[in-house]
Amino acid sequence: MTTVETAVGATKTMVLNMGPQHPSTHGVLRVLLELDGENVVSAVPDIGYLHTGIEKSCEDKTYSQAITLTDRIDYLNPLGNNLVYCLAVEKLLGLEVPKRAQYVRVMLVELQRISSHLVWLGTHALDMGAMSVLLYCFREREEILKIFERFSGQRMMTSYIRIGGLALEPPAGWREPVKRFLQMMPARVDEYEALLTENRIWKGRLQGVGFLSPDDLIAMSTTGPGLRAAGVAYDNRKLFPYSSYEEFDFKVPTRTESDCYARYMVRVAEIRESLKIVKQAMDKITDQGPIKADAPGIVPPQREKMKTEMEALIYHFKIFTEGFSPAPGEAFVAVESPRGELGCFVASDGSPKPLRVHFRSPSFINLQALPLMVKGQLIADTVACIGTIDIVLGEVDR
Amino acid sequence: MTQLANAGAQLVVEHLRSWNAQAVSQVIEYRGETTIVVPKELLRATAQKCKEDPALLFNLLSDATCVDRYPVEPRFELHYHLVSISRRGRICLRTSVSVQHPVVDSLEPVWPGANWLEREIFDLFGIQFAGHTDLRRILLPDGFEGFPLRRDFPTEGKR
Repeated sequence: MTTVETAVGATKTMVLNMGPQHPSTHGVLRVLLELDGENVVSAVPDIGYLHTGIEKSCEDKTYSQAITLTDRIDYLNPLGNNLVYCLAVEKLLGLEVPKRAQYVRVMLVELQRISSHLVWLGTHALDMGAMSVLLYCFREREEILKIFERFSGQRMMTSYIRIGGLALEPPAGWREPVKRFLQMMPARVDEYEALLTENRIWKGRLQGVGFLSPDDLIAMSTTGPGLRAAGVAYDNRKLFPYSSYEEFDFKVPTRTESDCYARYMVRVAEIRESLKIVKQAMDKITDQGPIKADAPGIVPPQREKMKTEMEALIYHFKIFTEGFSPAPGEAFVAVESPRGELGCFVASDGSPKPLRVHFRSPSFINLQALPLMVKGQLIADTVACIGTIDIVLGEVDR
Repeated sequence: MTQLANAGAQLVVEHLRSWNAQAVSQVIEYRGETTIVVPKELLRATAQKCKEDPALLFNLLSDATCVDRYPVEPRFELHYHLVSISRRGRICLRTSVSVQHPVVDSLEPVWPGANWLEREIFDLFGIQFAGHTDLRRILLPDGFEGFPLRRDFPTEGKR
């Protein structure tokens, strides 16, 4: 029999499915929300809709072949994925990469960080109802993608960073577009800030939303801008430098509010810091010099040498038919991706194919903190929280 | 005892040994990384010690993963990568698990962030974590049969 209480449902909560096809879940994230009116009582993320088994596929490829798979993990940060995988394999091999290649890597990875933050800023502003920022952000991102295309022939899935160095010599005249970008960008970041930073709606939607204490964030293994917005200056580039980051002068931006607005401020400041690093890296890159380690049997030989030296031809044939075999052992490398600590674990059993490749993907681990973040908040705040965690579903599900 | 090249890791190993001599069954140093092999029974206690001891302070669980050494027994190796933010240190804890009894203590009570990492290992390798609050498949659908990251699972899937 229907009573007043059951009809009104005064004490009942409602379960709402958000996603997997929902524009503000940035792909195929599904979140089960338990709602009391418009307030979130609990949230359960459901992931795996984009699982492609990349780690398993890597086990069936040679070390060099697996690079193309790494591009596709975090499709907003392909160069960063190339880098962490190559650093891990190089560590396993004990391979030293020439400085010139290291600086090119740093420059490209920082450009990638800017482009990733631009996509984040644009889509997050779109989630919050500010449409025009997206168009501006994508305008600048396009310039970065053009630079990547110049270097590697590809806009997104570059596979430009290879084991032992780079795929190709930097193209003739590469400095020009990078210089132009560096000149243009600071004013453009000012433009975004003019649209958002003091915007009342923007502040109203983000300030005080999604707070988590630094202790909670560390306990949940959160890294990246989310942790730095809580005042913890954890950045692998500073704490555990790789690829010559110790030679670069930059700051690690932090905030203490630990809300969505602080995460926005940290990312904007990071764009400015990355510009500084790109500038320094560009000055460090010499016009001449090796871009690949001198490691016959691992790094493919130069085409010219193959025409005159028999060994070069043999190495070339062996690398592309059976690959190379690192000594049995394991290596773990962590770099700072735009989303946090991106780690790569590679284990070798002495065969030409890796025994195990594992990616510690920051999106996957940062997403764990979502239920804590949205508890007690409004549905609209859930959208803001998902946005500022900055997930890439390709990386969450791998 | 052999001297490790990494002074920070040396301190960790000595500290753990003086706390419980059984906790460190082997120390592996390779390419500048230090891995401490811990008996399965002492894994959680050692992790707790690593996190809370004021001389160690490994407050962040960076990563947890598994390696299948099939056909060697015990075939599974669990790797936990810990970071101390304040001491700027990294260390790896490792333990072995056999396929006949694939159960190990969950580290979720130590680091709540171990939750999804262990669910992923459970999902892909079929290792059970005792004391885990929510041990369900995470990446694969609930009805999936088998554990695809085991070495005896074909890459192209079971037909």
